[in-house]
Amino acid sequence: MEVATEERLNKEGRRAGPVLAKPRYITQNQSIGAKNSSQAIISPSLAESRELADRVLAGDRRGVARLISLIEDDSPEACPALALLYPHTGRAHVVGVTGAPGTGKSTLVGQLARESRQRGLTVGIVAVDPSSPFSGGAILGDRIRMQELTGDPGVFIRSMATRGSLGGLSYATGDAIKVLDAFGKDIIYVETVGVGQDEVEIAATAHTTIVVQAPGLGDDIQAIKAGILEIADILVVNKADQEGAERTVAALQLMLELNHQPQGWQPPIIKTVAVEGKGIEALSHEISRHRDYLQVSGRASLLRQHLAEEELWNIIRKTLVARIMDKLDRAELDQLIHDIADRRLDPHTAANKLIAQILE
Amino acid sequence: MPDGKKIRVLIAKPGLDGHDRGAKVVARALRDAGMEVIYTGLRQTPEMIAEAALQEDVDVVGLSILSGAHMTLFPRIMKLLKDKGMEGILVFAGGIIPDEDVPALKEMGIRAIYGPGTPTGDIVDFLRQNVQ
Repeated sequence: MEVATEERLNKEGRRAGPVLAKPRYITQNQSIGAKNSSQAIISPSLAESRELADRVLAGDRRGVARLISLIEDDSPEACPALALLYPHTGRAHVVGVTGAPGTGKSTLVGQLARESRQRGLTVGIVAVDPSSPFSGGAILGDRIRMQELTGDPGVFIRSMATRGSLGGLSYATGDAIKVLDAFGKDIIYVETVGVGQDEVEIAATAHTTIVVQAPGLGDDIQAIKAGILEIADILVVNKADQEGAERTVAALQLMLELNHQPQGWQPPIIKTVAVEGKGIEALSHEISRHRDYLQVSGRASLLRQHLAEEELWNIIRKTLVARIMDKLDRAELDQLIHDIADRRLDPHTAANKLIAQILE
Repeated sequence: MPDGKKIRVLIAKPGLDGHDRGAKVVARALRDAGMEVIYTGLRQTPEMIAEAALQEDVDVVGLSILSGAHMTLFPRIMKLLKDKGMEGILVFAGGIIPDEDVPALKEMGIRAIYGPGTPTGDIVDFLRQNVQ
């Protein structure tokens, strides 16, 4: 598994395509090094950032909710607040839950959260649903399956829309996790959008990745294709009371046998019926076992470095694209697009020309 | 994809009636207008609604009710929102609400009340104009 994990760890570069949303890391003339800000001129927004960070650390739920919105909206207060919170993060165990639409991710997350609460842990949940590519709006419905958790002060649930991000999460998800981590949540469940085969961003965000399958979705060959199944630390066959569940388990078993590595973590397959709470205890046990494995094997520190690198590159990509877009002359860009569409110029040459101009 | 500030709306169904077609129609219209709509499902208590509004940091709460219990549930929701520091939030309501109850509901801070047959465009316009 070591090799397979390393390979998976380096795949992220594939989704390096330009991101046309406005990046949230542009902090025009803003000091992020807030530690020395006693000597710096404190701008109103920096003071606001400090207050927000203090509210999060003091356990103020409204402060947490506010800061996550500011992160999502690319507000200038967000970055300095996150910088102040960063030293207080890294404590929570982050569990990603991904899988096709309708496999029961929300119900499963709700049940896992309940189980964690019974074990005395505090819980954060970030649930991501897709934004409409046309209107930019979204209907976020994951709370429907987590209703009774809303009344529990030990649980904080936040719904997020993808806002144009394609990897199964939104650009702000990683930072929202940090806020919940600094807020003191012991375990944070991150539910991705219903994914197809290739949305593997969650593996660059979570410590433990659960891939949920349900019976009746595709044949055996689906299970040996590359992609989503390869990122699983734990495989779940939900709706295991339905016809075809054994077949799904068998297909996954075959995949695992073909992937088999003599050493390291062997992803278990857990059968659940989330609506009835069946198999949740076993799944929860496997999450703990994976967390222990990361610690004991030394993978935890490697994983931390890997996640840090992924995040750094994501920010660099996003920021660079934003700077380029800031500097672009819109008319010139439109002309280039015309030329490409009319086959007068190829897109690679056009892109290189633009970048060269801006980097000068 | 539009960026920057998005209007976030919680559409909630307090009380015991099981009819959420209206709520879903409104949710869909707001989505098509580019808003992010958090839909929490049926039979929400006032406590659940206020807490979801807080956690989701919404700008707007839309309450849909057909059970006739609005005069007991709505004041409770408004008080809880205020207690949680969200008195600035825009609250509107829809469903079956008799005309004679409207003044009292407006008095307690519910900014608009939409009955059956309201064009969804009216709601979209109202929210766009009134969310700061």
